[in-house]
Amino acid sequence: MSTALQEPQTTETPNYLNAEYGWKSWLFTTDHKRIAVLYLISISVMFALGGVFAMLIRLELLTPQGDLVNSDTYNKFFTMHGVTMVFFFLIPSIPATLGNFLIPMMIGAKDLAFPRINLLSWYIYIAGALFALAAIVMGGVDTGWTFYTPFSTTYSNTFVITAATGVFVAGFSSILTGLNFIVTVHKMRAPGMTWGRLPLFVWANYATALIQVLGTPVVAITLALVALERGFHIGIFDPAIGGDPILFQHMFWFYSHPAVYIMILPGMGVMSEIITCFSRKGIFGYSFIAGSSLGIAIIGFLVWGHHMFVTGMSMYAGLYFSLLTMLVAVPSAIKVFNWTATMFRGSISYETPMLYAFGFIGLFTIGGLTGLYLGTLGMDVHLTDTYFVIAHFHYVMVGGMVVAYLGGLHFWWPKITGKMYPEGWGKFSALLVFAGFNLTFFPQFILGYLGQPRRYHAYAPEFQVLNVMSTAGASVLGIGFVIPLIYFLWSLKYGKPAGNNPFGAKGLEWTTQSPPTTFNFDVTPIVTEEAYAYSKKHEVEVG
Amino acid sequence: MQMQMPLWPEAASAVATEIDYLYIYLTVVSVVMSVLIFGTIFVFALKYRRRGDEVPEPIHGSLRLEITWSVIPFLVMLTFFWWGAKIYFLNATPPPNSMDVYAVGKQWMWKVQYPEGQREINEMHVPIGRPVKITLASEDVIHSFFIPALRIKHDVVPGHYDTMWFTATKPGRYHLFCAEYCGTEHSGMVGWVTVMQPADYENWLAGGGSSGTMAQQGEHLFEQLGCSTCHLLDRQGRCPILRGVYGSHVQLTDGKTVLADDAYLRESILNPNAKVVAGYKPNVMPSFQGQISEEGILQLIIYMKSLGISNAPGAPTAALQPGAGAKATQDGGKQ
Repeated sequence: MSTALQEPQTTETPNYLNAEYGWKSWLFTTDHKRIAVLYLISISVMFALGGVFAMLIRLELLTPQGDLVNSDTYNKFFTMHGVTMVFFFLIPSIPATLGNFLIPMMIGAKDLAFPRINLLSWYIYIAGALFALAAIVMGGVDTGWTFYTPFSTTYSNTFVITAATGVFVAGFSSILTGLNFIVTVHKMRAPGMTWGRLPLFVWANYATALIQVLGTPVVAITLALVALERGFHIGIFDPAIGGDPILFQHMFWFYSHPAVYIMILPGMGVMSEIITCFSRKGIFGYSFIAGSSLGIAIIGFLVWGHHMFVTGMSMYAGLYFSLLTMLVAVPSAIKVFNWTATMFRGSISYETPMLYAFGFIGLFTIGGLTGLYLGTLGMDVHLTDTYFVIAHFHYVMVGGMVVAYLGGLHFWWPKITGKMYPEGWGKFSALLVFAGFNLTFFPQFILGYLGQPRRYHAYAPEFQVLNVMSTAGASVLGIGFVIPLIYFLWSLKYGKPAGNNPFGAKGLEWTTQSPPTTFNFDVTPIVTEEAYAYSKKHEVEVG
Repeated sequence: MQMQMPLWPEAASAVATEIDYLYIYLTVVSVVMSVLIFGTIFVFALKYRRRGDEVPEPIHGSLRLEITWSVIPFLVMLTFFWWGAKIYFLNATPPPNSMDVYAVGKQWMWKVQYPEGQREINEMHVPIGRPVKITLASEDVIHSFFIPALRIKHDVVPGHYDTMWFTATKPGRYHLFCAEYCGTEHSGMVGWVTVMQPADYENWLAGGGSSGTMAQQGEHLFEQLGCSTCHLLDRQGRCPILRGVYGSHVQLTDGKTVLADDAYLRESILNPNAKVVAGYKPNVMPSFQGQISEEGILQLIIYMKSLGISNAPGAPTAALQPGAGAKATQDGGKQ
């Protein structure tokens, strides 16, 4: 990638990519766009690693016997799949790449509020990732990404502290990024860029940043306590030394449920940008979409107990968590309905990003509705800890988040690199991802209701057919992910020049050249119209 | 390759059937919602596809629509909430006439014992038509006792007792799974629940347990661990008389009272100084933490329960079912 980026001849105008050369100019950069590229490369490596573990899991599950690897190895596969995907891909993904690149440009700023802290957050992320990689190389971890006690503190013989340290360290990267975004959105908006004119992508990342700053310290504390108990036998979670294992779950899910919204909210922000652009129409219900992001961020902190309905928690606590779980679904539903309404009487075209947006709405809707099954108390008793849960959260995390991320990457690729991706291949792989995804995860809903527990190395023979379907789907999905990787790299050298605004999109980032200059704007823009002013008549009114 | 491919699990209890209805209801609502949303998007995507350089009229939103599509879905969700809560509360309260079964999770097996004295590993036998209350304990990490055909599951958390209950309605052999990841052989921590006709169940009971009832096993432990040197049965020793303690309210040294239930008795065996009975000194009784298995503690509790409330010599409340021990011998080697 870097060789392609270093060709000054092909790019006539100065931009952030050709402003300086050499590895130092990248590793010591404070340009939010270059840091976004650093993040893009790093999280892609972690995504590929997590993907390899996913494929190994699916290969093992092709047969019921558990014959490809032994149980311990299988347990390490799913743990490391979860740890890399959740903490080192999903949580940083959109905020650290697209958010980093776009938020300053969208609000008309030259950079984030704290450019050096932004670089520091990338180094901290790398440090965390190195701990996680070290844990893998030394022999792996087998606790599951949830690190449940007392298994993680007393019984596991693997590198729990190393992996937990990785997650602990990476948490600070997340906190710093969130802090940076909050201050930037408050203090760096261009003249005229009022809160009511902010692009919804910025609103979504702002809500995400609030959760990052408020929630991440709790998981850091929790993992530190795990390390203390494991390393020094201080009784906190293990009942044999006076602790309470359920306390861990309360603390862990107090962060890890809001973390689900850290992962999905930025994807929802991407959707609002793509759907308006390819419908050539202003967003329907701007304030409801913006407000629902904040609503999710707040209510999301009050529902953690729905992960614990079968732990013996008080049934009255169960009532409370179930009711609030229903409530937190409302803002998500509001978003889906408003996106749909945005298309009404629009001018809809079907480029790759829009295909991903269609896919997102479909898959996220299924993910959300199946979440209601799990929030329903008596139903959850049967479904929890089965493949139904696996299917549900992959519909949200992959069908929602990864699909939104890919959509956003296609949408802003021309801005980031100045080059177009090949449209035909883009559409083809979007369809492949959609088909492969559904084939992988839909059978798992049925498996879950049948009762196949999650994290099983070997399973009952009558579950095999559905598992074979799932593994076949995973292969298609894998190809769907590899194709964009190839053509994105290809486009760096051979892609058609994109021009400043290939999709005719609104938003300040599209008023800059592609790729943008180091400081984004030659003169600070003055904003005179609301976001998504796609209608000419409207522009005349306001402008 | 196995050709069977069930798409719906067997339902062997009234609750299972109820859960199935709830599941169908949730699925019907979800399908209707999905069809509405996907259908609308599909129609819009076709009808309003880009034809040229047209510029759509701006539409900013509609408060009435926003309220409609927030309130109606939430009201529908409240029906999910209500129905689910109803089942959850039903599941939480075992009927008073339930028969007792005790299950201990241990990496990586289920040890099941009955008041009548039978003990099994990775097997559980129950009759139809009778509520069964399972008291769950863990020897090490968190496990989860999951019987898909009965649509019930409960985590087995070390450090205290959990309970679950069901009334099976259909004889058969059903999967028993550990549903909470518990280490290396988690997926091997599986077994079978055999639901039988009452007569078959009585026959099966009659064929078990050479080592006496659970209460007798507990009495044996009570002697073996030396409990009986201080806890005398008929006169005051260094420690409280245990006759009639089970289920009573006990006065503590700090002035509080506590119900002497399974949880209290277990705590008092493992951590005797936590709640000392009024009139007695702490540090007299040693902790039995690590010296007795969870199964043993359950046997002791059942023994104490069998001592009843009167001073009359041992009249166990649990039915006496002496017999030969085909089931118990499976267990013997692994103890």
